[in-house]
Amino acid sequence: MTQTLQGYLRSDGRKGIRNVVAVAYLVECAHHVARAIVTRSDDADVHLIGFPGCYPNAYALKVMQAITTHPNVGGVLLISLGCESFNREQLRATIEASGRPVETLVIQESGGTASTIAKGLEAVARLRAIAAETPTAPMAVSELVIGTICGGSDGTSGITANPAVGRAFDRLGAAGAACVFEETGELVGCERIMADRAITPELGLELERSVQKAEAYYTVMGYGSFAPGNAEGGLTTQEEKSMGAYSKSGSAPIVGILKPGDLPPSGGLYLLDVVPDGEPRFGFPNISDNAEIVELIACGAHLTLFTTGRGSVVGSAISPVIKVCANPETYRKLAGDMDVDAGRIMEGRGTLDEVGTEIHDLVLAVAGGRRTVSEALGHQEFILTYKAFDPIGPACLPLRRTS
Amino acid sequence: MSLILLHPDDNVLVLSAPVRAGQVLTIDGQAVTAGTDVGVGHKLARRALAVGDKVLKYGAPIGSITAPVAAGGHVHLHNMKSDYIASHTRQATGSEGH
Repeated sequence: MTQTLQGYLRSDGRKGIRNVVAVAYLVECAHHVARAIVTRSDDADVHLIGFPGCYPNAYALKVMQAITTHPNVGGVLLISLGCESFNREQLRATIEASGRPVETLVIQESGGTASTIAKGLEAVARLRAIAAETPTAPMAVSELVIGTICGGSDGTSGITANPAVGRAFDRLGAAGAACVFEETGELVGCERIMADRAITPELGLELERSVQKAEAYYTVMGYGSFAPGNAEGGLTTQEEKSMGAYSKSGSAPIVGILKPGDLPPSGGLYLLDVVPDGEPRFGFPNISDNAEIVELIACGAHLTLFTTGRGSVVGSAISPVIKVCANPETYRKLAGDMDVDAGRIMEGRGTLDEVGTEIHDLVLAVAGGRRTVSEALGHQEFILTYKAFDPIGPACLPLRRTS
Repeated sequence: MSLILLHPDDNVLVLSAPVRAGQVLTIDGQAVTAGTDVGVGHKLARRALAVGDKVLKYGAPIGSITAPVAAGGHVHLHNMKSDYIASHTRQATGSEGH
C-alpha cells in the first residue's frame, strides 16, 4: 500500500505534520507572560515551551534549538526576562538560520508584564500569518520519525500495549521510518538480549554500556525507574518492568544510539540514551514522562506512541501523542483519554497483530492531520530540566559512516 | 481462562482478570485455591517456589524469591526482590489508607 501524506516543507528539506507557533520562555520568570500569550491566543496551534533555569546549560540550549527548529514548528516567539543566562541570541540565530520567522520580546525592555503580553499577541498573529504560507509537499512514511514511551506501566503493559507498539514499529521501520525507543533505566535487565540485536558488535557494546550507566546512575539516586503505581499494577521489580518496556522496540535490528537533540541519520530502530553522562549532578534523569517526550521530539519525533497501564492522560507540545491503553479496566475508567484500547487483548477481544495494525494505521492518520485525543483535549505538556551529556561515541551510529 | 503463560520456561503466570480469595484455579491441570484477592496484571506462582529461586517471566529472570510461595500463590513485593535495584512503594500518611 502506498501512503501519501502531505507535509509542511521547511527550508532545510525536513517536513512537518503540524504547523505550530512555539512561544518559548527562557527562564521561569518569563513563564507567566509566555503562558498568558498562549492562553489568550486561544489557538490549538500556538504552543507553550520553555526552560525554567537561570543558570546556563549546554543540554538545555541544544534541546531548545532542536525543538524550535523541529519540522512541526512554523515560527517562534522568544520571551526573555532579560537578565537570565539563557543564550537567547544563539537560539534566535539558530531559528533564523533554519529559515523560520522568529521574534524576541525582553520583558525588562518591553514595558513589563501587560505590555509584553500585548506585544506578544501581535507577534503571534504575525508569526501565524507567515507560518500559514508554508508550502506543503508529498511526504513518505520514510520521512517520519516516531518515538515511543511508556508511562504508568502495570502488569498488562508488557503483554498488550507494549508488544503491540513493537508490531507497529516493525512495520513502520521496515517502511523506512526512524523509530526511537528510550529510557535506558527501564532496560535494566534486558541489556544483553538488546545488545544481540545491534547491527555491529561495537554498537552492541555501546548499548550494554548505556544500560550499565543507567543502572549506576539510578543506584546513586536511590530509586529505580519504578513508581508505586507500577507495583500496585502487579509489577514487582525493575527488570520485570524493563522486560515489558523493552517489547515496545519490536524485533527489528537496532541501527544506532542517539542522545537528546541528535537526529536519526536514516530509517530503522534507534535507542535514545536519556541518562546523563558523568557523575550524577542535577538529580533524576527524567523527573516525569513528559521530560522524555521532549527529548524524543528533540530527536525529531513527529509523534509519540505512549503506552499506559495505570492511565496517563498527558499529551505534549509540538508533536502529537497517541495513547495506547494496556489495561482493560483502565480503559473503561479513562476511555475519553485513550486513542487505542490494547487492553482488549487481555480479554480475548483482539490480537497483538490487530492492535499493532490499528496503531500503525493511526500513526498514518495522525501524520495526515487527524488530531489525537490528547491534542483535542488541549494537552500540551512540556518540561525541560538540567542535564549533562558527552557527545555520542563513533560506534553509536554505524549507518552514518557508510551512507 | 484468566491466567497467561508468557513463555514455556516461566514459573509465574499473569492474571488477565482479577481473582477472589477462595476461587479455584487450574494451573497445569492441578486445582489451586487462591489465598487472597489478586488484581489484573499480577503474578501467581506456577509451581511451589523456594527462597533464592529466580522468577522467570517472558522466559527471562525478573528477580529472586525471598519467602516460600505455594503453587497459585501471589508473587509480589512480599516474597520476591529485584536482582538489580530495590523497588519503592508509596509511603501512606493520614487517613487515605495504604
